[in-house]
Amino acid sequence: MTFDKKTAGGVTIEELPAEARFSLRVRDGERAAVAGALGLELTDTVGVMTSGSGRKALCLGPDEWVLSGAPGDAAAITAACAGVYDAAPHSLVEISEREIFIRASGPAVEALMATGVARDLSRIGPGQGARTVFDGTPVVLVREKTDSFRLNVWRSFAPHLLGHLFHVQKELASGL
Amino acid sequence: MLLIHCPYCGETLPETEFAYAGEAHIARPENPSEQTDAEWVEYLFMRSNVKGVHFERWRHIHGCGRFFNAARHTVTDKFLTTYKAGEPRPDIEALTGIKAGVKEGEK
Ligand SMILES: [Zn+2]
Repeated sequence: MTFDKKTAGGVTIEELPAEARFSLRVRDGERAAVAGALGLELTDTVGVMTSGSGRKALCLGPDEWVLSGAPGDAAAITAACAGVYDAAPHSLVEISEREIFIRASGPAVEALMATGVARDLSRIGPGQGARTVFDGTPVVLVREKTDSFRLNVWRSFAPHLLGHLFHVQKELASGL
Repeated sequence: MLLIHCPYCGETLPETEFAYAGEAHIARPENPSEQTDAEWVEYLFMRSNVKGVHFERWRHIHGCGRFFNAARHTVTDKFLTTYKAGEPRPDIEALTGIKAGVKEGEK
């Protein structure tokens, strides 16, 4: 699914390029070894994103992270984790094709996000994120900057989510 | 909308991220084959249906994914506390002065 970038009503909605993505599950005892193999820190504070070696890891749950990297990095991530698998058993599942990535940014972005997310957005600072619900759709939400959010949404839910975003953008543009 | 504190995320979050998962602290029998039919009925189907403080499981399904326990007043819908799975049932009377509805003969 692709769509054209649109700026109106103080927000820009655009599609982001593909990237390598993995779901990583690892227990406390093995976490440091897997983090070392990947070349980044894995925090167990839910909602916090760490980065290193050109990769990012967002902690979604006490033993769950979503890893992302450049599109060509998937094989290297798989190999790095496979290298420590015997000593540090874990689960690594590639989900690169599962989602599309949407960025919403601009001065009115909080108003746009608040129409879909029931969370208190001020509790999510830049560099933090969460798995949550956007207008009934499960999403992984990341606040990249104060005025820029990224939504990772399963492909089949994307038409609904985009319909919502563009509809609200029209409302914002018309001054509602 | 209810706001529910997830003890794993450490945040108080909208109800839409959570799923209710029945009464808490119901232990599966350690030796299932030694249970009588009546004991199985008790384990599978009989719930306390409290009017008052109820200990219940919730799952933060659209968040961290974890099951945890909560003490909620079934009349006011107020959550008195939430705590991680595996932790003991908190003393609600000491916390709030409200008597918790614990079924007779329960642990
Ligand atoms: Zn949680």
